[in-house]
Amino acid sequence: MNHVVPRRYRVVDNVEETYDTTTLTLEPIDAAIAAPAPGQFTMLTSFGVGEVPVSVSGDLHEHTSLVHTLRAVGAVTTSLATARPGNVLGVRGPFGTGWDLAAGMGRDLVVIAGGIGLAPLRPVLYAALAAPSSFRRVITLIGARTPRDLLYGRQMSTLSARPRFDVWTTVDHPSPDWCGSVGVVTTLLERVPLDPEHTVAYVCGPEAMMRFAAEALLDRGVPAKQVQVSLERNMRCGAGLCGHCQLGPLLLCRDGPVNTYDQVLSLMTTKEL
Amino acid sequence: MAPDTTTTSVIDVSALGILVTTLQRRGFTVIGPTVRDGAIVLAELTSADELPFGTGVRLDGGRYRLRARDDRAAFGHAAGPQSWKTYLHPARERLWSAPRDGSAAPEPSGTPRSMVSTGASTEPETYPASGMSTEQRPRYAFLGVRPCDLRAIGILDRVLAGGAHPDAAYQTRRDGILVIAVECTEPGETCFCTSMGAGPGADDGFDLALTELIDDDGGHHFTVRIGTEADADLLRDLPHECADAATRERSAQAVADAANNMGRTMETAGLRELMVRNRNSTHWDDVASRCLTCGNCTMVCPTCFCTTTEDVTDLTGEHAERWRRWDSCFDLDFSYIHGGSVRTSTASRYRQWATHKLSTWHDQFGSSGCVGCGRCIAWCPVGIDLTAEVAALRAAEEGSP
Repeated sequence: MNHVVPRRYRVVDNVEETYDTTTLTLEPIDAAIAAPAPGQFTMLTSFGVGEVPVSVSGDLHEHTSLVHTLRAVGAVTTSLATARPGNVLGVRGPFGTGWDLAAGMGRDLVVIAGGIGLAPLRPVLYAALAAPSSFRRVITLIGARTPRDLLYGRQMSTLSARPRFDVWTTVDHPSPDWCGSVGVVTTLLERVPLDPEHTVAYVCGPEAMMRFAAEALLDRGVPAKQVQVSLERNMRCGAGLCGHCQLGPLLLCRDGPVNTYDQVLSLMTTKEL
Repeated sequence: MAPDTTTTSVIDVSALGILVTTLQRRGFTVIGPTVRDGAIVLAELTSADELPFGTGVRLDGGRYRLRARDDRAAFGHAAGPQSWKTYLHPARERLWSAPRDGSAAPEPSGTPRSMVSTGASTEPETYPASGMSTEQRPRYAFLGVRPCDLRAIGILDRVLAGGAHPDAAYQTRRDGILVIAVECTEPGETCFCTSMGAGPGADDGFDLALTELIDDDGGHHFTVRIGTEADADLLRDLPHECADAATRERSAQAVADAANNMGRTMETAGLRELMVRNRNSTHWDDVASRCLTCGNCTMVCPTCFCTTTEDVTDLTGEHAERWRRWDSCFDLDFSYIHGGSVRTSTASRYRQWATHKLSTWHDQFGSSGCVGCGRCIAWCPVGIDLTAEVAALRAAEEGSP
């Protein structure tokens, strides 16, 4: 099948997560794309407006429908976010590397999310929920700019009530009614009890946040190859053909977006690479 | 006589005319070098008379001038501003079209109209090469592909057709072409294909490989080698004879001489590592003080393949199309993600281009991205010379303790 041409998907649900973030559920009209793995992304087209890469954010056991959570920040994402049930969008993919869930089997999972970075990590949590005996503990650390920016609030509260699942949340700028932690997500990491040798971390958020989180994990003794990060660059094709998503030797649509920190440390610390 | 791949033949210059008409008769659109607008460009040839007989070039950093030659050589010139990627990987191409309301599936370009769902556009194509069915697409015969450019086509093959998601449109165009290489006997002042191992001789990847030989008495011949047995019948249509040992020797010597006659050199030992080690070199700022980020080097480079896409609608907004066009890593928007561009400084953009070309290309596609054609040097408006910048990085390292 031609990977260049989008397949039509119909919007079946549009949930407003926050003031600027929306979760779309899509059902195929044409043949469905291959089932994506957690951490992979698709290219979403708003016809006549443009196309953007968006990670899958749904429970990937529900095979036929595609779930994407996106923040309206530009023309394309704004157009996608306002798509109503019944509207038709284009989908290409899935592309890229996924989270290595096998690496976390029998170990502690530490999921660290900054802002919209929680969306690509939600499939990791769904996978852990589907097979809770496969993991020792699942610690989720969530950072957001303000309480209004917190994603999946009710879902995360429910999650934290489950045995062996911990959810810690912090915001940079609290509102008057905020009773939780204040500060960047790495401040949470300082307080979390870790068994570094048996920890596998999944990190997604702004690049600076990922770098600080990864370094904090390394300081706590977690080996760099047990820290997975999901990197972002401009992407036009998703298929390794357009050259946009280069980060040094990597084509992030092909060799990423998920990489272990030992492979990208020197790349993430080089300015404007 | 039935020529085979081990035989070297000789043809007279007059056979070029027969070659072009033979190719045309077989349905090929013949593309080759010709003089236009003060440069030797690639264009469709209606006859071999349009080849740049007697025209050479003078090259330097930021400089390209035609010159009259003393002889009637047809291929006595180094690379011009264009490369074959113009034909294999067009600068602008429609990828698909669809009704904006999603009432019909997007129609890939290249699909015959009869297969298209209702609601698709019936407008004529502006850019014929992209929107035509396979039967309508021209079959190209490339006449006069220099070894550096032959290598460049091989590199594009790996980038665009060698991965998990090959570019089907590229593959279709590529599969149909016939390549007549011409070995290089007179490199230009900006050439360094010997350093990059890409020339001046042609080893493989061609249907026919010619080497131009001009005698002191005005005799004008080409030795001809055949790439595959299947190409033998092409030579059969041309008046040719078996090359004697002296002619074969002369031909080989002309190419060997060219190898020692490059205007530029680039030391490639440890080059991959050199570029990575120098990511934080201050030399990039020095280049940036000269670089205009115009992107000329990426446009003329025979292997620069980067593209972007643009979605457009017609005036009614009911019909949407996606077009792909060449893009350049020198463009500020190239690295744009929400919040700003990753590479804002000129230094970072030149570093990206040079490091990708000479180092990270190996990681991504298994070879260097540079073939030593020298186009980026000649067509840089301020004469930035990749070979000199690499030498400067090396010198800075050797100069430091």
